[in-house]
Amino acid sequence: MNEPVMIKRIRRESSDVVSLFFDWDAEAAPGQFVMVCIPGLDEVPMSLSTIGPEKSISIKAIGETTRFLHTMGEGDRISVRGPYGRGFRPDGRILIVGGGVGMAAMMPLLRSTGADLIIGARKEDELVFLSECREYTKNVWVSTDDGSVGFHGNAVQLMNQVLDEGSYDMVAACGPEVMLYYLHQACMERGLECQLSLERFMKCGVGLCGSCVVDGQRVCAEGPVFDSATLEKLKEFGKFKRDVAGRRVRL
Amino acid sequence: MTSLKVNVSGLRLKNPSMVASGIMDETGDSMIKMMESGAGAVVTKSIGLEPKDGHGNPTLVELDYGYINAMGLPNPGIDAFGEEMEVAVRAGVTVIGSIFASCEGDFSLLAGRMEDMGAAAVELNLSCPHASGYGMEMGIDPVVVKAIVASVKDSVRVPVFAKLTPNTHRLMDIGNSVQEAGGDAVVAINTLKAMAISPESARPILRNRFGGLSGPAVKPVGVRAVFDLYSVLDIPIIGVGGITSWRDAVEYIMAGASAFQVGSAIGHKGVQVFGEICDGMLAFMRDYGYSSIHDMTGVAHE
Ligand SMILES: Cc1cc2nc3c(=O)[nH]c(=O)nc-3n(C[C@H](O)[C@H](O)[C@H](O)COP(=O)(O)OP(=O)(O)OC[C@H]3O[C@@H](n4cnc5c(N)ncnc54)[C@H](O)[C@@H]3O)c2cc1C
Ligand SMILES: Cc1cc2nc3c(=O)[nH]c(=O)nc-3n(C[C@H](O)[C@H](O)[C@H](O)COP(=O)(O)O)c2cc1C
Ligand code: FES
Repeated sequence: MNEPVMIKRIRRESSDVVSLFFDWDAEAAPGQFVMVCIPGLDEVPMSLSTIGPEKSISIKAIGETTRFLHTMGEGDRISVRGPYGRGFRPDGRILIVGGGVGMAAMMPLLRSTGADLIIGARKEDELVFLSECREYTKNVWVSTDDGSVGFHGNAVQLMNQVLDEGSYDMVAACGPEVMLYYLHQACMERGLECQLSLERFMKCGVGLCGSCVVDGQRVCAEGPVFDSATLEKLKEFGKFKRDVAGRRVRL
Repeated sequence: MTSLKVNVSGLRLKNPSMVASGIMDETGDSMIKMMESGAGAVVTKSIGLEPKDGHGNPTLVELDYGYINAMGLPNPGIDAFGEEMEVAVRAGVTVIGSIFASCEGDFSLLAGRMEDMGAAAVELNLSCPHASGYGMEMGIDPVVVKAIVASVKDSVRVPVFAKLTPNTHRLMDIGNSVQEAGGDAVVAINTLKAMAISPESARPILRNRFGGLSGPAVKPVGVRAVFDLYSVLDIPIIGVGGITSWRDAVEYIMAGASAFQVGSAIGHKGVQVFGEICDGMLAFMRDYGYSSIHDMTGVAHE
């Protein structure tokens, strides 16, 4: 159901990410997403970065619609529908890994579990949510590709170090698919459960149109969060996606 | 012995349920998943000659009793679809190839390609309400329908089904055209042309402005359409529109359907809907003494 909501406040998270906050009483679980409609422009999927009665989405400007969302001000209206999909199913001691704006999808899980956290970014000014994360968890590690802050390298390399030292029951992550692919490989080698949030082009958001499938799995319905056992069987994960017409293309 | 097996114009199925065109049937793996979840056959997404992106988002409106979609026939084109068909057919999926085109020649060409790729039947989309130049714009003219069906019948050996639109007062004429042209079955109904407006933004929600209504809201219209068609046709009818439970499916069969398709319910009930419907229907048939789907077809007319 399309619900018009009013933007209450806006927070800049980094050089290219802003969060829009709005009141919306829908029940939501960590890892779920909404379809966000800008009337007359487009409708795009966005993870919920806050899931209480006050909700938020956190947007990285990469194209026309996301750039337009960055120009919105307090009092402006957008329309949302959802929340959709299956979120994280936390179990035991968790290590959260967020790459880039993928951190948006991890925030609700972090707030509800206070789990240990790795944040990865390309460079320092693209790090998101760092100070807020410190309120929820004692252990935060940071990696940047250019070494401008924290560990010099990628989030998966850092994760391997953290896993060598600590003991965890599962890893929960969201970020670029290449990162998730190697993260999954690393977890498989260690026999460690992981739950990863994937992205695909979405149209209906409710499991009808098939636009978002990875193999036979609908990212909007069976996902966006998939567990290790499912990921292991997916031939397209980390390799292929579908274009808008449904053709299989390399990631 | 009570049995769910059906034979629709030579197409033999383990049960009368099929995945409706456009829902989880655009890739080989999706089709395998639907067959594994208990569907008797899978109708593909409607495929055209060339790749097509479809309409821009928003393409879907969720309502209390259904959906309005304006996907706009997105599809990878028949060439790229070959690899999806290969995956599905190799895995043993009974695939009914749905096709759309803007003239008889292209319909025949596409039907031939589908047959070559292993489709067990073809379904002609003469009924999409939201793609200009295709679908419903042709499917409301009995003369055009007759020409298309006749042309396709000349070019393939597999059964040819024609999917009809409810957006016409000439449904029975169109059904007759299909039958006269040698069509093997009609499929009814496609979505009802519809619109939703957002009061806050004072404009239609869908990018395409209007779309097609599906789901529980359209079931009574579909049941009536099947009932009407059954009263004039001898060829089998495949019922579709709003089927969510075994009761809905039985309504369609009693109105005159020999088989049925499920679309929207895959979204709101999940893929296990096929198993639930078939189990419920089998129990009902045992209780009420129907030994086959054939026994139950059209009984509401008696
Ligand atoms: C489940 C899910 C959760 C997401 N969560 C977030 C989030 O929390 N924050 C965030 O910044 N981004 C998120 N995204 C990505 C976001 O949807 C795209 O960045 C956005 O749609 C781009 O739109 P655009 O018009 O600005 O860019 P465009 O120039 O139109 O497209 C740029 C790229 O964005 C992607 N994209 C465009 N439209 C869609 C669509 N309908 N569905 C999926 N991808 C699309 C495509 O890969 C495309 O190549 C999420 C995507 C999914 C599938
Ligand atoms: C998202 C969506 C996409 C559809 N795409 C097609 C299509 O490509 N070809 C077609 O013949 N019908 C298409 N339809 C119509 C369905 O096959 C079906 O006729 C209609 O939805 C009614 O059945 P239902 O209420 O069970 O969904 C589509 C329907 C939906 C909801
Ligand atoms: S976006 Fe349509 S099935 Fe997932």
